[in-house]
Amino acid sequence: MLVTPPLLEIEGLTKSYPGVRALSDVSLTLARGEVLALLGENGAGKSTLIKTLGGVHQSDRGSFKVDGDRVTIANPRAARGLGISIIYQEFTLIPTLKVRENIFLGHGRHWLKPISQKTERTRSIALLNRIGSQIDPDKLCSELSVADQQVVEIAKALALNTKIMVMDEPSAALSPREAEGLFDIVAELRSQEIGIIYITHRLNEVAQLADRIMILRDGEHITTQPAVDLSRDQIIENMVGRSLAEEFPPRCSVIGEPRLQVDGLTRGTAVKNVSFTAHRGEVLGIAGLVGAGRTEVARMLFAADLPDQGTITLDGVVLKLKSPRQAIAAGICLLTEDRKSQGLILTQSTQHNFGLPNLADFSSKGMLVHRRERNSFQHYCDTLNIRISDVHQRAETLSGGNQQKVVLAKWLQSTADVIIFDEPTRGIDVGARYEIYQLLNELSEQGKAIIMISSDLSEVLAMSDRIVVMREGQVTGILDNKSSQQKVTPEDIMRYATSDQSQEQPVVVPA
Amino acid sequence: MTAPKITPTKKWSLKKQIVDHGMLLVLLLLCAAISALTVTDIHPEDPAAGRQLAKLALQKYGTDPNVLIVVRDTAADRAFAQAINDELVTGGINVVGIVSGTPRSAILQLTQTLAAGENVDVIATHHFASQWEVLNVSRLAQVSEKPIKVIRPPSYRWPSFLTKNNLLSILNQNAPIAIMAIGMTLVIITAGIDLSVGSLMALAAVVTAVSLRDYLGGTEANGGAVALAFGIAMLVCAVVGAVAGLLITVFKIPPFVATLGLMMVARGACYILAGGADAVMIDAPAISSLYDASVLGVSSQIILMVVLFITAHVVMTHTPFGRYVYAVGGNVSAARLSGVPVMAVLISVYIVCGLCAGVAGVLDASHFLTGRPKAGEFYELQVIAAVVVGGTSLMGGEGKIFGTLIGALILGVIQNGLNMAGVDSYRQMVIYGALILVAVVVDQLKKKVINPGIVSQ
Repeated sequence: MLVTPPLLEIEGLTKSYPGVRALSDVSLTLARGEVLALLGENGAGKSTLIKTLGGVHQSDRGSFKVDGDRVTIANPRAARGLGISIIYQEFTLIPTLKVRENIFLGHGRHWLKPISQKTERTRSIALLNRIGSQIDPDKLCSELSVADQQVVEIAKALALNTKIMVMDEPSAALSPREAEGLFDIVAELRSQEIGIIYITHRLNEVAQLADRIMILRDGEHITTQPAVDLSRDQIIENMVGRSLAEEFPPRCSVIGEPRLQVDGLTRGTAVKNVSFTAHRGEVLGIAGLVGAGRTEVARMLFAADLPDQGTITLDGVVLKLKSPRQAIAAGICLLTEDRKSQGLILTQSTQHNFGLPNLADFSSKGMLVHRRERNSFQHYCDTLNIRISDVHQRAETLSGGNQQKVVLAKWLQSTADVIIFDEPTRGIDVGARYEIYQLLNELSEQGKAIIMISSDLSEVLAMSDRIVVMREGQVTGILDNKSSQQKVTPEDIMRYATSDQSQEQPVVVPA
Repeated sequence: MTAPKITPTKKWSLKKQIVDHGMLLVLLLLCAAISALTVTDIHPEDPAAGRQLAKLALQKYGTDPNVLIVVRDTAADRAFAQAINDELVTGGINVVGIVSGTPRSAILQLTQTLAAGENVDVIATHHFASQWEVLNVSRLAQVSEKPIKVIRPPSYRWPSFLTKNNLLSILNQNAPIAIMAIGMTLVIITAGIDLSVGSLMALAAVVTAVSLRDYLGGTEANGGAVALAFGIAMLVCAVVGAVAGLLITVFKIPPFVATLGLMMVARGACYILAGGADAVMIDAPAISSLYDASVLGVSSQIILMVVLFITAHVVMTHTPFGRYVYAVGGNVSAARLSGVPVMAVLISVYIVCGLCAGVAGVLDASHFLTGRPKAGEFYELQVIAAVVVGGTSLMGGEGKIFGTLIGALILGVIQNGLNMAGVDSYRQMVIYGALILVAVVVDQLKKKVINPGIVSQ
């Protein structure tokens, strides 16, 4: 009897960068129709592994076997030829091209061979149907939602006769409902005998999707086990190398008088008549689906966009802010959702990123005193546990958690009273998350008002004293999460976030 | 769990030095290469060489001989002859005469002296005159029975590139480009570009000339009036820079397009103001005082360039403004969300760029004593080339002021070397362009080879 070889077999993969061993002697196997969840903290070696598999990087040692045949993957083209497709977090679609054009882009056709639009359209529809999608192949990709763009990416991979699909945090940018759609697609692909390597930070997805779980830490293979054999706690323990008593630290902050009062904030159709109050010492969560207007509210509080109507009052003083510069001076700061494109200047040094809003503190008579900036940054590196090797290290070389802490450090130096976190832990690993939650607690205990926008419901529920729920630009409910009698449940939030009947007045649970 | 103490990486490494000072290395290598190629016989003709020659004569012949000094009829030659004469007379040698003129006048004087019954034993001259037909041995034997010796300062071999005069002239010729490149560096660090600098340079020169001619007293204009004209010219350039900045920030016009338009507007304005393509003469004598001023033989242009570079370096590395310029170029939305006054920063850099072009323009007017509406044509491209060769990224966010100085000097040295090698101007253009590409490619490769994790200081 013939034993069919596994779809993919990687053995002894080792890869070093100057000064760092990114992967050491990592092996894995992947069967047809199997979902292998690849877990690990940022910097554990997950991206290096998939980039080597995708032909972007070359390994120092190690071998690949596809269907039992030994192969070398010299470049991304070779990987595609072997049926390996990687769906990166940053999509590779060209927004100005149609769906079908994107699907068949780079298919190794001759440059000058005419394209039959009709064939392209029928083949696109067939591919999209294969994963249960009804997207119009003649739509421009720029008109698609993030979830639909992802579907197109997957269809694009299928068009290349993909046998092995690697998905790098595919659910990170999706709302819970959209994520369900993604899970259906993954299940569909599995039934079509495609082997899937699925990378995620969301542990509940793992339980739902994965057949087996593989955990990496510091470039080393820790364990690979059937998903049913690993509990959530065991997974976390294996990822961080120590046991975390809990995912969230306990909150014990005393809530004081109102600090930031928002009244009737309106901008276009994205934000309509939003009012709420954030108190001294409070963590105010803002929940809602993607597109509910949460980020838009945050940007208006920070004067990154200006409201059409409405007032913002800080400590009893009505603010008339015209620019983020003025907001910072008033004591409001924003940690943006997208650190890489809005929070940091990636090509510049971490110290300069830290100093940017605070140069007045580090100047004397108009000249910068570099030593002052450096000492202050060193102080925050110590207190926030920012791990860097050199203050002039480029911001882009830091892990997500350290990047977030650098952004936080620059706002702490500017002595903000109101700190708005937009998705504070997106793309940040479990260990660093816990530290950020602790910081959130410490800051609120110092009397600052914290506003936390998050799509992660467990995070919102664990960390917030009150929860503002938004839908389609409006506040649909403000829920008290502090009283221990009736705990807010995820279902409560989803009800306000998705309820169909429009409500004139938001439901306010008295604090 | 505590963060490790961050220690600055003080370790000296050759790699890092090459990354940080690669272009300086290229400049030095170029200078060495051109020096090696331009080694020639140097025949000194200055007064110092004259004194040296007289001392040699005293050593060799004592005080006995009668000496005739023969040179050309130029100021420098007369100074050379005078130095020989003074030294010989001090030493006690009899100088029978000094000829400063042509071979014909030299032979005439020689025969007259001999006819007057005086002896001539030695003719002291320089390399150039010693090659004259009339001074070769057989010819001299025809006029005098006694043999006459011809002496000249000793020649030696030295690169003609590596002389004080040549090096100063490279600096002087490239000073206007280098000064404009300061402003351009700031603009390019913000991920912008300014194509109007060449036209603005001409505009500054023409405005200087026209305002002096029409409003500030013409021939009678004194130093104060000239200074005022310079001020007006630079103000005009600053205003055009501010317009560029407003177009780019308020109306969101891409810098390339905004400054392309202003480049044409400014060039057209030059022709209109000058009433055609001819240069506007400046009759006020005080106009040349800026260009002609010098300190210890170094011209004002070079000194101004050095001062401006040092100032710009300090501003870019030691002031919040400099940090803001880098931040805007590195990531404009992150900079705005970090409280950087993005619009003010952008407008400022275009004003600074306009001012730099204005400085180059008034220097041009002071140099040529005219306002030339055609001045600075295609200078914008040379200026951008200097900035790029100096290591500033067109993507913005990176670049160094002194890199730009090195870049401008590399281009100047290449041009000078090609001139010395006698390469014609068409071939020069090809080589010049190719070398710019090589410099930039090398810069890119260097960045790839070396670990890019640390931002160089």
